[in-house]
Amino acid sequence: MNSSDPTIDSAERARAARLRLLRMHHAAGVGHIGGNLSALDALLVLHHNVLRPEDRFILAKGHAAGALYVTLWSVGELRDEELDTFHADGSKLSGHPSAGWTQGIPFATGSLGHGLPVSAGLALARKLEGRPGRVYCLCSDGEWQAGSNWEALIFAARQALEALVILVDVNGLQGFGSTAEVGGIANLAERFDAFGVPAVRCDGHDPVALEAALADPTPGPRAVLLETVKGKGVSFMEDRLEWHYLPLDDALLAQACAEVERS
Amino acid sequence: MRDRACASWVGLAEEEDGFVFLTGDLGFRALEPLRDKLGARFINAGVAEQNMVSVAAGLAAEGLACWVYSIAPFCYARPYEQIRNDVCQHGLPVRLVGNGGGYAYGAMGATHHALEDYGSLLALPGMRAIIPAFRGDVDEAIRQTAACSGPVYLRLGRCEAPAGWIPPPFTAWRRLVAGDAGVLIAVGPLAGPIVAALQARPERSRPSLWALGKLPLVAGDLPEGLVADIERSRVLVVAEEHVATGGAGEGLAGRLLQSGVTVGRFEHVAARGYPSGRYGSQAWHRRECGLDAESLLERVAALRSRGA
Repeated sequence: MNSSDPTIDSAERARAARLRLLRMHHAAGVGHIGGNLSALDALLVLHHNVLRPEDRFILAKGHAAGALYVTLWSVGELRDEELDTFHADGSKLSGHPSAGWTQGIPFATGSLGHGLPVSAGLALARKLEGRPGRVYCLCSDGEWQAGSNWEALIFAARQALEALVILVDVNGLQGFGSTAEVGGIANLAERFDAFGVPAVRCDGHDPVALEAALADPTPGPRAVLLETVKGKGVSFMEDRLEWHYLPLDDALLAQACAEVERS
Repeated sequence: MRDRACASWVGLAEEEDGFVFLTGDLGFRALEPLRDKLGARFINAGVAEQNMVSVAAGLAAEGLACWVYSIAPFCYARPYEQIRNDVCQHGLPVRLVGNGGGYAYGAMGATHHALEDYGSLLALPGMRAIIPAFRGDVDEAIRQTAACSGPVYLRLGRCEAPAGWIPPPFTAWRRLVAGDAGVLIAVGPLAGPIVAALQARPERSRPSLWALGKLPLVAGDLPEGLVADIERSRVLVVAEEHVATGGAGEGLAGRLLQSGVTVGRFEHVAARGYPSGRYGSQAWHRRECGLDAESLLERVAALRSRGA
């Protein structure tokens, strides 16, 4: 059962989504759980409270596909049994999102550094055609080592893409090290500002702060740096590099779910 | 061809809804009329081809009629993953335009040559390539490019048609010169110097010259006249300013086999990179690869002398 019922409060909704995400990844025997849990709260708030029909969302950090699928389940766009097919043969729910089967995923992603430039194109179309709607793009922080993202940032500023809102999941960890160790990506807000795209920081797990930052009517291009914790909600995963990749075994699943249920 | 292409786009912009033109900071002294015509819809995306192609994918996903222009090497190689993931995997009708295919940028050096452009692009799902040979082809080639419902690559070059000679209208296959002594197929502007070389020769002692202008090849689309020319002479040379791997010669050999067309002698003359490690004009590189008209006609004659 999903939590699209509007009477369910955001904490209960997030708890249900976290549990479903953990069980889905466990059933599929796959990892990338840490980066899914860091992004999940922002995805839930965005899809439940912010996105309008004319808006688009692009998941640049395609390795958080599980969080997106669970979010689409949470808003009632995916059925529970569809989540059971995650990573399975013949599934639409591949490990990184494939496009063409739901409006919620307009572009296939997974190779980092593509989502933002594509989002810039969607935003430019709105500008040129005078169409309404915003384009939200969620990047990882490690993704800002990709040159194409900086190309897109220059372009977005130069073209004054008012529809574009860039979200960055700043969990500080990537595949084989911290973002500071690997890429020296500190002071991201200042870097964005220097490129002409103002950035604000936001607690990426606080639904009130998230809704205020994401729904802010200030024209873009603008960025919201989501201060998050990799593996958020599961103590043995939180801020641990290995949970970028590791899958859950039965015992760890039980422990993780017990923690989330108590939260 | 660029000036003709610019005029053609200026006209097309009047007809196509949502016309948008992106350039990677190229088009000086060529695209100014289009820039002036389009205003905000002419976008210099800067020296950032990866972003430019992904932006085009986003525009096309919103239903805009999107053209992406650069010189040929920068059009396909730098943003190849963007073309693959963002354009082709979504079947989006982004029109990629590469000016100066093959060795067209001559002494500018290897970085400015495009020797594996359409081969690498045609490996991607749904991709088409359109390769005009002459200036007079450009309007129709652009119309056909705009009519594609999926991704397409327009490879422009330098027109080398002999003065006063008028080519037949642009299509996938055209017999440019009739002849009885073998068949020579050329891809794109390479055909121009061969036309010039054949004009003075009598029909019975010259090969039939065909221009190939669209890829990929489909077995059922080989024109009857071409098949008849090949089966009559049984000698076929395919020439292209592109590496052999993934080129039109390989594709044509496969299509001929699938179609049951008998070829006695076949040779594929293709770009070979830089065998001497030296650089020069387009004509110089062609000669080094045996792609100049004289060498190609010698190859046809040599195959004929070996018997079919």
